[in-house]
Amino acid sequence: MDYQEQINIKKIKKEKTNINKKQNNYTFEISRKRINNRILLNNILKKVFSLSTVFALLVLGLLFYRIAIDAKGWIDLQFLTSNLSIFAEKAGIKGAIIGTVWLMLIVAPITMSIGVITAIYLEEYAEKNKLSAFLKVNISNLAGVPSVIFGLLGLTVFGRLMNLGSSILAGGLTMSLLVLPIIVVSSQEALKSVPSYMKEASYALGADKWTTIRKVVLPVALPGILTGSILSLSRAIGETAPLVVLGIPTLIMKYPTSAMDNFTALPIQIYYWTLDAVLTREYANLAAATIVVLLAILFLMNSIAIIIRNKFQKRY
Amino acid sequence: MEDKTNVRSLIQKNAGQRNHINEKVVPKIFLIIASISILTTIGIIFTLIFDASKFFSAVPLREVFSTDLNPLSKDPSFGILPLINGTIITSLIAMVVAAPIGLTAAMYLSEFATDRARKVLKPIMELLAGIPTIVYGFFAYSFVTPLLMKVIPGLGAKNVISPGIVMGIMIIPLVASLSEDAMSSVPDAMREGALGLGSTKLEVTLKVVVPAAISGIMASFVLAISRAIGETMIVAIASGSSKNFTFDLTKSMQTMTAYIVEFTSGDAGSGTVGYYSLYAVGLLLFIFTLGMNLLAQYITHKYREEY
Repeated sequence: MDYQEQINIKKIKKEKTNINKKQNNYTFEISRKRINNRILLNNILKKVFSLSTVFALLVLGLLFYRIAIDAKGWIDLQFLTSNLSIFAEKAGIKGAIIGTVWLMLIVAPITMSIGVITAIYLEEYAEKNKLSAFLKVNISNLAGVPSVIFGLLGLTVFGRLMNLGSSILAGGLTMSLLVLPIIVVSSQEALKSVPSYMKEASYALGADKWTTIRKVVLPVALPGILTGSILSLSRAIGETAPLVVLGIPTLIMKYPTSAMDNFTALPIQIYYWTLDAVLTREYANLAAATIVVLLAILFLMNSIAIIIRNKFQKRY
Repeated sequence: MEDKTNVRSLIQKNAGQRNHINEKVVPKIFLIIASISILTTIGIIFTLIFDASKFFSAVPLREVFSTDLNPLSKDPSFGILPLINGTIITSLIAMVVAAPIGLTAAMYLSEFATDRARKVLKPIMELLAGIPTIVYGFFAYSFVTPLLMKVIPGLGAKNVISPGIVMGIMIIPLVASLSEDAMSSVPDAMREGALGLGSTKLEVTLKVVVPAAISGIMASFVLAISRAIGETMIVAIASGSSKNFTFDLTKSMQTMTAYIVEFTSGDAGSGTVGYYSLYAVGLLLFIFTLGMNLLAQYITHKYREEY
């Protein structure tokens, strides 16, 4: 009896554990399936996410390819060195190139001096008061103002009030204000990266603040400042809307010889040729060829900026 | 002994003088130059309000908020709604393209990509951001529109879909880089916590990182909308100058920015109502974009979670 009972109990126990095992197996199956599904979803979406980055790459390639195809056979020495013409085959962009160079000759010194000085003031001199906080907010908001609005400002203040019309000077001053916030912010970053121990060492040797800024901070921050400046100038070169609003004409038969002359610039040329492509198909090719020239200039400037950054910028 | 005291007094004298001139004058001069940026803002606001007020005094408000825009006819009318409509529609199309692609690209770059992939992909994004908008305009008009014409029957040579899409492509890098900044500032401890509990990377991204970085992501969207509203050359080239009030995406529409560009490059004589209408549209545009930018700043400050 005793023995029998023991066996019975063992049997029952065995059955119970068997059921448990089955159940365990069952739940284990389910959770394994779920884990597999989760991992599968993870892998699929990872691919999908990477596709959207690849999409950007594809578009970039497509854009370059399209423009290269359109411009093929149109860029030659004649195109770069001849004047505008109503005949597409004879048209060139010498005037636009000269205009863009003139524009940069005005924009570069103005924005770099004002921008760097503003950055020095904000980083080195400004106390933490309402004025400097306002300056900072103002600059970041100015960076978000659409470029057309700067065009309207230039049209009113430089074009009409100062009577500069659509001269190089009017365009240059407008562009200077437009890229000023960018130069200020990038110069601020460069100044911030100067380690404080360098300044402290300078103070400890008896230098005053201005001497320290001139002889310690600026030389160290110079590569960063230059990089930022070149990048914002390349923004100014490609900017079109403010110039269109200023009323920069396209048909300039005379090359500008002074800052007060009328001028045309590369992006303006692209704009009008694209618009005129409806009438004459060849104008689209001219626009594409001008785009290639513009992109080549931008590429060159960006490369210089990167070289300066890599060669001269030290991390402290 | 005599020499020494002389030198010391000399130093003191010199130091005093130098401090006097440089330390007092330089900051003041710099402050004056730094305030040029404030002057610019004041200049913008003043010119816009001054000339826009002339417009509003010449045109009754009922006409301003009508759908009838015809500034160049003999009996001109200046309803602003078609422009607002065009602006909103192109910006919406742009966001439909840029928000999902930009955000998923940011997720990939921040959470999934290897360092090597990131090193290649990020400069490409920057390259995309550095291309002048006029080039995108040309691309939209001479490539995307003809391509879409094959897919969508009845699409006009000037329409809002093509510039909308291209504008979206243009702002993908903005959304991606700002969202990625927000995501990569989420501390690793939170990721590791979720991974340790058995989450997959996807779950970590969607359920931990994105919620933690949501303020930065929202801010990037708002800034992207602001950029789309203010974008000029793409729409000026590819969406045409039809001033009709319509919701038909295959038709040409004009945005506020394109209106300003079209009208100034035409012959709007100074002093006419048409000329002042530029400033009224400009003022509205300025308010829109400034509002968006301030909203973005508000979101980042208000909802930022500090770790």
